[in-house]
Amino acid sequence: MTQSFPEEVLEHVFSFLTSHTDRNAVSLVSKSWYDTERWCRDHVFIGNCYAVNPRVLTRRFKEVKAVELKGKPHFADFNLVPEGWGGCVDPWIVEMGRVYSGLEEIRLKRMEVTDEGLEMVAKGFGKLKVLVLASCDGFSTDGLAAVAANCRNLRVLDLRECEVEELSCHWLSHFPDSFTLLESLNIACLSSEVSFSALERLVSRSPNLKTLKLNRTVPLEKLSTLLQRAPQLVEFGTGAYSAEGLDAYSSLAEAFSGCKKLKSLSGFWDVIPAYLPAVYSVCSQLTSLNLSYATTQSPDLSKIISHCHNLQRLVVLDYIEDTGLETVATSCKDLKELVVFPSDPYVADANVPLTEQGLVSVSQGCTKLHSVLYFCRQMSNSALVSISKNRPNITCFRLCILEPRSPDYLTLEPLDTGFGSIVENCKQLTRLSMSGLLTDRVFEYIGKHAKKLDMLSIAFAGDTDLGLHYILSGCDSLRKLEIRDCPFGDKALLANASKLETMRSLWMSSCFVSFGACKLLGQKMPRLNVEVIDERENLNSIPENVPVEKVYIYRTVCGQRFDMPDFVRIMGKDKADVYNLS
Amino acid sequence: MSVPLEHDYIGLSDASRSSDSSSNITSVTETQPNSVLNFKATELSLGLPGFSKNGGPTIMLGAKRGFADVNLDGSGKWALKGGSEAQLGGFEKSQTLTPDVKPAEDKKKGSGSAPPSAKAQVVGWPPIRSFRKNTMAANSSKNADVTEGNLASGGCLFVKVSMDGAPYLRKIDLKIYHNYTELSKALEKMFSCFTLGNGVKGREGLSESNLKDLLHGSECVLTYEDKDGDWMLVGDVPWEMFIDSCKRLRIMKGSEAIGLAPRSMEKCKNKI
Repeated sequence: MTQSFPEEVLEHVFSFLTSHTDRNAVSLVSKSWYDTERWCRDHVFIGNCYAVNPRVLTRRFKEVKAVELKGKPHFADFNLVPEGWGGCVDPWIVEMGRVYSGLEEIRLKRMEVTDEGLEMVAKGFGKLKVLVLASCDGFSTDGLAAVAANCRNLRVLDLRECEVEELSCHWLSHFPDSFTLLESLNIACLSSEVSFSALERLVSRSPNLKTLKLNRTVPLEKLSTLLQRAPQLVEFGTGAYSAEGLDAYSSLAEAFSGCKKLKSLSGFWDVIPAYLPAVYSVCSQLTSLNLSYATTQSPDLSKIISHCHNLQRLVVLDYIEDTGLETVATSCKDLKELVVFPSDPYVADANVPLTEQGLVSVSQGCTKLHSVLYFCRQMSNSALVSISKNRPNITCFRLCILEPRSPDYLTLEPLDTGFGSIVENCKQLTRLSMSGLLTDRVFEYIGKHAKKLDMLSIAFAGDTDLGLHYILSGCDSLRKLEIRDCPFGDKALLANASKLETMRSLWMSSCFVSFGACKLLGQKMPRLNVEVIDERENLNSIPENVPVEKVYIYRTVCGQRFDMPDFVRIMGKDKADVYNLS
Repeated sequence: MSVPLEHDYIGLSDASRSSDSSSNITSVTETQPNSVLNFKATELSLGLPGFSKNGGPTIMLGAKRGFADVNLDGSGKWALKGGSEAQLGGFEKSQTLTPDVKPAEDKKKGSGSAPPSAKAQVVGWPPIRSFRKNTMAANSSKNADVTEGNLASGGCLFVKVSMDGAPYLRKIDLKIYHNYTELSKALEKMFSCFTLGNGVKGREGLSESNLKDLLHGSECVLTYEDKDGDWMLVGDVPWEMFIDSCKRLRIMKGSEAIGLAPRSMEKCKNKI
């Protein structure tokens, strides 16, 4: 039946499929669909760079315009993955440079990028339009200079949350004077000064610039100049939002009022509250506001937020307090995403009146709320139950109670029923991060109810292997599981070995998974890489029943890595077992 | 709910399903037998490390490599000890996995009388990215008095440490050290594996003969990049001022380092 469709028709139908999951599904239907699909897929997403290798990519897809690659596991964000682990993008750039001369978009997340790699990108992909480096490191401003100098077609340069070695402030000057195509520039991660004159000239000659996110060193006094040059901005990130005196205020306020299309504001380091009203004229336009570096108190925050009636995304510090979140609940009826970071996470009693009540208020007042990341110091089962009943439409729920294993502060019981209520009522939940005191029971609830759960993060929770077993056997949609400091060990892991092939990856650190189990798993499951990450000396003489420090298990078609540092071992794969799938 | 007998995916079908559990972990809240997961064939003990099933201590598991010490736990107490004590102690510390519920009293908060104290830090907790942590640490040290200093406000400050010739960099948390001596000892341990050529797969491994030159000559200098982007010699300014302005560290060696007078560079002359 499928053979009767001419290829052109199939290709035309496939062209309407943009999501990579749809594309992957379609390619599994039959050999001919697989072949047709691979010839016409031009956007490729690789969620784990070690699940395949560059040759596998270029052999399968021939004319790729956009590639997205992810490297290190998520817990690398919190320094749990030692430096040197891997995820270097250079081999990918070499191979893609050989085959994909028409590559237009490169998006990398948590990968190591070198200056040499950036030079190869700059010189090898003449049509490059988009370069997004998210949480990447390993490169310097020299690499950026090479990109600026050579990428004549660049529209987007986004360095979100990268660690850049800042050797020079002049790399921006490497954009030629004739270069006028820039649409998006995000340099907020840079801590050193960039040449302001180069920046100003660049902004002035970029009529299509929609996104400009400055770094902290750009002074407030210079903002109005930039905004006047680019009143068409849609997303703007300020630098340090403070100045001596108020001289700069009126020109800043006027400059903001000229930005009729502005929808997103961020930056706001070192806020002087007196300058906050300068943005009032654009508040009602804003759909996204990030005040998470603004160390200013609740009244000032509440005032500005109360003007933002169309806000959909709010990122803020716990200085907002419960009262400020009540303002959010009444003023921001379109709110979809709330993020509250802690101002002082390492102090035991910080005396900031932000409690579970703030989140409950928002869950009551903001009917469109579906994504939450909330740091706080206390939580109760009753609050969690309320939240789940108020907002059954929540799809992403990440709660971090700062003190590990904190119980319900009212009843001193575990928070099992609270989180159980979340997974039971929020039937579309795809992402969950838990904290507080949790027993195996909560995992029973999760395994039973969280059928759409895609990503789960667990820390300092559970009692026995049963906990892990409930998750692995119950969560049908689970693809990413990351666990730290939980008493989960070999039994649950080995009993659910085949589940691991249906997932992208499993991370377990400071748990009870032994060397022996890792070896056994690696031997029995050829399509899994069981990476033990362990920095102890004399690994070979540690008995097999001793737990590993960290294990990272992921499915792969490529077997061995060849770029491992000495603290990473792939277990259970003797040389005889190594093979390459074509 | 009864736990269903699991398919044995990896062919250990001879595992007995008896209720005898080889697990040394008990759970106060356990209501279901976990016997279904008892694979005797694997004979994997779930006891704490360093202890055999018979209850006696087993061999010492060997020292952690020096540079691992600093990663394991943020509190200063664990960071600098080498040897097996740190190995077992540090491991236990990160494995506070006794299932007993902590006494409720420990958890009660709200007594406003005691001043806020900096907590012993667990690596990577709370889950906040370094960029944010460093930014907030810089903020709080600006707002606090100099005397309160960075200790009261807690926080941590991860900076990269590079050593000329080493194949990869490391990261350390400056806040866990209290003076230059502690820092230099930790760095010495951290990078000793490179200097000893201890199983390093690097592009430029160092040999043992280099080590001697390194440590006993004036061939190694510790420098740091400050907030202004300048490279400074470590040791000139008071410790608090140093950690306030240090953005990254670099262990220089070779010709660049010769001639830079290392006044407080005792670490270069320390024995291994």
